[in-house]
Amino acid sequence: MTNRLDLPAVDWRRVSPKYVLVDVISTLVVTVALLVASSIPAYVSRVTLWWILPAVVLVIMVLVLAFVPRRVRAIGYQLRDDDLLFRRGLLFQRFVSVPYGRMQLIDITRGPVSRALGLSDLHFVTAAASSSVEIPGLLVVDAEELRDQLVALAETRRAGL
Amino acid sequence: MTDGEATNGPSEGDPIKDLLPPGAVLATRLADGEWHRLHPATPLLRGGIVFIAIAGVFVSEARQQLIDLFFGAPGGHEDGDPFGFLTRDGRLPLALLGIAAVLILIVVIFYLSWRVHTFRITDEVVEVRSGLIRRSLRKGRLDRIQGINIVRPFFARLFGAARLEIDVAGHDANVRLDYLSSANADGLRRDILRLASGTKHSEEAHTPPDTRGFVGQRVAEFIAPELDPSFAPPESVVRVNIGRLIGSILLHDTTFTLLVLIVLAAIASATFGVIEIVIYFLVPFVLALGSFLFRRFTKSVRYSIASTPDGVRVGFGLLTLSNETLPPGRIHSIQVRQPILWRLPGWWEIRVNRASKSNAKGADAQRNTTILPVGNLDDVLRVLALLLPGTSLESIDVLRRGIVGTGPAGGFSNSPRRAIVVRPFAFRRNGFAEIPGVVLLRGGGIWRHLTMVPEARAQSVGVTQGPLYRALDLARVHVHTVNGPVRAELGGLDRDVAVGFFGSVSLEVVSAVSTDATHRWRADGSTA
Repeated sequence: MTNRLDLPAVDWRRVSPKYVLVDVISTLVVTVALLVASSIPAYVSRVTLWWILPAVVLVIMVLVLAFVPRRVRAIGYQLRDDDLLFRRGLLFQRFVSVPYGRMQLIDITRGPVSRALGLSDLHFVTAAASSSVEIPGLLVVDAEELRDQLVALAETRRAGL
Repeated sequence: MTDGEATNGPSEGDPIKDLLPPGAVLATRLADGEWHRLHPATPLLRGGIVFIAIAGVFVSEARQQLIDLFFGAPGGHEDGDPFGFLTRDGRLPLALLGIAAVLILIVVIFYLSWRVHTFRITDEVVEVRSGLIRRSLRKGRLDRIQGINIVRPFFARLFGAARLEIDVAGHDANVRLDYLSSANADGLRRDILRLASGTKHSEEAHTPPDTRGFVGQRVAEFIAPELDPSFAPPESVVRVNIGRLIGSILLHDTTFTLLVLIVLAAIASATFGVIEIVIYFLVPFVLALGSFLFRRFTKSVRYSIASTPDGVRVGFGLLTLSNETLPPGRIHSIQVRQPILWRLPGWWEIRVNRASKSNAKGADAQRNTTILPVGNLDDVLRVLALLLPGTSLESIDVLRRGIVGTGPAGGFSNSPRRAIVVRPFAFRRNGFAEIPGVVLLRGGGIWRHLTMVPEARAQSVGVTQGPLYRALDLARVHVHTVNGPVRAELGGLDRDVAVGFFGSVSLEVVSAVSTDATHRWRADGSTA
């Protein structure tokens, strides 16, 4: 495990543990949809061999589900002096640094499950679609506070495109 | 306001004034913050072509009837013929009256729509308002200008008119001034760029009054070189000659692939003798190839790229002329790349990412993103020096190594040897370097490419790692820029090196962003 990406001297802020439930529920929805879709060949052809397909899907999705808590713990962000640092991913790790001045807008979205748990997702939008900084699973108050903080920081470091 | 051209005066000037003589209308006067009208032929050029076409069809249909009418041939008209119907029983005067009424109505609508279509250029914004019934107002902020394009379609050139397209950051956010008198367009662009640059110095307009007649001017414009020699110092101009252009198109990857497919299809037909089916498949290929070649050719013919005080000027076109000026700091990433067959003659092309998306149709896509359609290494380095102003000679040397070099020479940090698993041909080339203010990502063993991102334009920096890379202790770095054909990323780097790149480049981007002032590129008061 020494080959994992890591940044020295970063004190990551983590997202709410309640987000695990959101992730589990959305993964379950995807699992059901995939199981139905992958069962169609077996159901239509009545060939037993085709049942391997949904079986494989089931195994993979159970593994994905098992790793949800660790995946949620792998999400982190930190407000540094001049940029926002964001990390995500367990198997596919991703680190992004965005200067505050690059902010175009901040989006706060809440899905049905998130809303029930009092969570929301914060999306930091830059002029580059590939920046893709989306911090999920923040408590509503935290998300709004973070948004105001980021907007204020961006205002002091206004930059062009 | 000075001579009744502004719309808020009740007395109206002569509409022809803007057309004749163009030299008398000084370019600077159009950018004085007042509302101005467009070229009087605008409605005709924007929508009137259809009207002329209909009139043409009408006349050709009616020709026989008209001849009969004026030369008194006796009627023997079939009943189904509308013209026969009209000329019988004395309906003709009524019909002519109707046609005249329609014509007058169209002229009145044209005149009114021309009257209400006005534009204004102030220190901050450029505004266009138009529409008789549905009024519309379009505003573009000068400090967000990504480039100004002057297009002279063939038909508009006959009238001495040109279209000015101001690219503002954003999807389909262009402000179009169509049409202006051709002689004014260049001067107006200079004025807009001067206002946008933030300089307070005003320059004298130096358009000499043109004393030739209307026809003389049109002829002079048609035979004039595409790039006026007084615009740019000749040593800064890079041109593409036509032989190289044709060669580059024939050796391009797309051509090559399609030719291979055609040959394969021909062989298949010879072997299996199923000519019909093969032809059925071949025709679309040949059509696609032809249209691709034609498009690429027309978009690159008479190509020139030059440095002007307000940015890089890119011009091309044979019948429809187009030239665009990109102010400094509007290019978000640059890629030099080489399609595989271009290796033989040693040619390269340069593509860029820009913040504006032109609403022009598919065929124009190349214009926006290809800065140099084909050039040898020398041309490429000269164009890069234009696109990255302030590059020193040492930096040029690093760029040269980035394009053709391998190994660590020139300050490149390369992939480790174990990256051969993921970069079997390119691991010697695969690496990054920095010149002041610019990140260089080099890669590709067979399809060689070099990607450059000015740090002041980078939106964010990233580093990623998947399971395969983890097993090899490698990582991938990304520099995110606005969307476009160029993706600035480099895989197969040592993990520690990649993390180091992430740390240092993210710091440099922050400092470059905070000191960047290109949105008002001449605000220090210097005039170039």
